[in-house]
Amino acid sequence: MSEFKTPFLTYDVLDKWDTPSWNDQTRAAVRQRLDDEPPRRFLSEEQWSLLEAIAARLMPQPEREEPVPIVPWIDDMLHRNAGPGYRYADMPPMREAWHQGLDAIAAEARNRHGKCFEELSPGDQDALLGDVQHNRVESRYWRDLPAGGFFLHLLLKQVVGIYYSHPAAWSEIGFGGPASPRGYARLGFDERDPWEAEEFDFEAEHA
Amino acid sequence: MLEVAEPRAVAGRAPDVFREGKWVPMRTYDDNEEVDFAIVGTGAGGGTLACKLAEAGFSVIAFDAGPFWRPLEDFVSDERDQGGLYWTDERITGGADPIELGSNNSGRGVGGSTVHYTMIALRWRPEWFQCRSKLGYGRDWPISFDELEPFYEEAEEALKISGPISYPWSRRRKRYPYRAHPVNAAGLVLARGCEAIGVQWSPLPLATLSAPRGMAHPCVYRGFCAYGCSTNAKQSVLVTFIPRALNAGAEVRDLAMVGKIEMGKDGKATGLTYHRGGAWRRQKAKHVVVAGYAIETPRLLLNSKCDQFRDGLANENGLVGTHLMTHSGPGVWGIMDEEVRCYKAPPCMAVTEHWNYDDSDKKDFRGGYAFMSQGPLPVGWAEAQAINRGMWGMKLRQEMTRYNHVAGLRIVGETEPQRHNRVEVADEKDQYGLPIPRVTFSYSENDRRLIEHSKGSMRAVLEGAGAKELWTDHDTSHLMGGCRMGDDPDDSVVDRDGRSWSIPNLWVCDGSLFPTSGGVNPSLTIQALACRMGDRISGMAKRGEL
Ligand SMILES: Cc1cc2nc3c(=O)[nH]c(=O)nc-3n(C[C@H](O)[C@H](O)[C@H](O)COP(=O)(O)OP(=O)(O)OC[C@H]3O[C@@H](n4cnc5c(N)ncnc54)[C@H](O)[C@@H]3O)c2cc1C
Ligand code: SF4
Repeated sequence: MSEFKTPFLTYDVLDKWDTPSWNDQTRAAVRQRLDDEPPRRFLSEEQWSLLEAIAARLMPQPEREEPVPIVPWIDDMLHRNAGPGYRYADMPPMREAWHQGLDAIAAEARNRHGKCFEELSPGDQDALLGDVQHNRVESRYWRDLPAGGFFLHLLLKQVVGIYYSHPAAWSEIGFGGPASPRGYARLGFDERDPWEAEEFDFEAEHA
Repeated sequence: MLEVAEPRAVAGRAPDVFREGKWVPMRTYDDNEEVDFAIVGTGAGGGTLACKLAEAGFSVIAFDAGPFWRPLEDFVSDERDQGGLYWTDERITGGADPIELGSNNSGRGVGGSTVHYTMIALRWRPEWFQCRSKLGYGRDWPISFDELEPFYEEAEEALKISGPISYPWSRRRKRYPYRAHPVNAAGLVLARGCEAIGVQWSPLPLATLSAPRGMAHPCVYRGFCAYGCSTNAKQSVLVTFIPRALNAGAEVRDLAMVGKIEMGKDGKATGLTYHRGGAWRRQKAKHVVVAGYAIETPRLLLNSKCDQFRDGLANENGLVGTHLMTHSGPGVWGIMDEEVRCYKAPPCMAVTEHWNYDDSDKKDFRGGYAFMSQGPLPVGWAEAQAINRGMWGMKLRQEMTRYNHVAGLRIVGETEPQRHNRVEVADEKDQYGLPIPRVTFSYSENDRRLIEHSKGSMRAVLEGAGAKELWTDHDTSHLMGGCRMGDDPDDSVVDRDGRSWSIPNLWVCDGSLFPTSGGVNPSLTIQALACRMGDRISGMAKRGEL
């Protein structure tokens, strides 16, 4: 699957920017997310470009000229060492795990294909990432880091979490977005407030 | 990012939670003034007790490691930006079934985890307090439902719970203080499914306003409850018991991390050491109450070890930190033909407690579970699909476009108290130089049977409602135990009043008191216990038993 299709053809959550669904605090927070992309401070240049390539497979955005940025926010989180408040007993501390995990993926690519991950075809990249997810890896590159655990709980969770905190992602899934001070009035099945996304019915159109 | 760098409750005033930028007067004490009670933690247990004790005339200081929020001006309508509400200091989680900590169960700030909780306000099944003698499993509590009933009522009144005219479970009760909220489509899925298979359901009693109350507005159904309520409709401890406590003369110290309970030569606590404004300080107190929740409470008792108490405080029998419980939380999800838009309104609006009250031998496990309708927001929903279904790439992006048709159910499932499920302290230190907690958790065989059984029930209900493409995930919710209460000093950490068996002026008042976990959300029971403790302590003081 490489084409993306959303049933929310005309909905843009940012159209509500100046409506009662948004307050000043929220505007400031989202403004920062849209405008202030953090600089590279934690990852090495090689790790950064590798992570760009990985994120492009985990959350592909082929239809966008300017994809929703993901890597700068992961780097920012690592720079601030702002973890989730726990780490699994079989995992090294978060920052170490990221260094180790990214370097291991780079080594897997070179070992399998004699090339760096960024140079692989999308199919080979996906296959490699799928193997990491399912622990089909060379343990000498991973040492004490569980590959599947790193993939799911650190790498994929971050990429996905950052993508779905962007207004573009809210729009494409028809999410109402910020809702304060104004919330919602119509709560039942198939009920929609005028300020919510309208869903386009492809099947009805087809028929 | 939601962040407050400096303590706000200083110089005789505290933030007014009801007015932007405004203050309320606050009584302040000197570090050397020996107050009656120093309370560690201001959540469901500590914040409620601080209010009760201050209103009874005691001098009280309540400490919290986190900030003193003004929800109206601080809270952003956004999942990611509200990360500052959670306890995110490093913790290690292990065992066969490691519990996800952080946002999943641990708040940090005045009001504790009630600031981001989802407001479900349920009483326990009466028999659970004597589940060993009446139902043949678990352990008996040192108190009965009868003893707690008036305090359930007191807590419900204090939070102006909105609930249905008659709630089908627990003991018959008088009307809830406020009328029930309309049930959203996500809740109606549960209702429709339960009706299809013939089990009872009910709208949930919720601690969010269905009508104005003082300066607080009714709920506007914005659905961000788990990320803080920016309208004050949510009746968190921050906007209920804390203002009352301040009004009654309590001092609240925000951004004040308690590192150690100080002990005197006579074997009694003399006060505590806390970190605030960049320095370690000492507060003298006649009594110390620990209310940091099921991980931080045992951790503080263990980290307070000294020459006299080498294994930590109140730990002669080695039980501090043991018998930690969570609620198991498998969920079943499906796709509805209708639009559900589960982001609207509080995430959980309908419940069935059928399997909490079913004692038939059709059940192949001991204990019970309730399940509720669910309302994940996009980040949480996408992460759940990624982690539980291993889904990524275009497949995940495409799947996410069906978000508005998703409906799901999740249980609050009882787990058994087991000694090896516990909180210990590790060698690693946190930013204050304090040993960090290590949490170990594994389900019992019975816990696993309960989980499997519940998946079948939830599937039946979702199918009955017309949901398709069902799939199952696994999660956990609340924490309980770690300093259990009991009648036998050899077999519990504190007595029926939360008082330590070995140190008479050291108390515990929070979720760590629970000897068993029950099959409903814990905070109303924690608050009822805190109300009861407040009354008991006042009574003891009058009788000279303090
Ligand atoms: C997302 C979510 C949803 C929930 N939904 C519900 C629900 O719908 N219904 C329900 O009944 N329950 C719910 N809960 C659970 C409920 O919030 C908790 O069970 C309850 O708040 C626990 O009360 P407590 O007093 O034990 O601890 P908390 O309320 O967590 O309070 C502990 C406080 O102590 C402070 N603290 C800890 N250690 C120290 C220290 N050393 N020094 C200073 N301060 C310290 C912390 O900062 C914190 O503020 C939910 C929880 C979460 C996370
Ligand atoms: S839905 Fe109601 S309780 Fe929840 S955050 Fe919104 S106003 Fe507050």
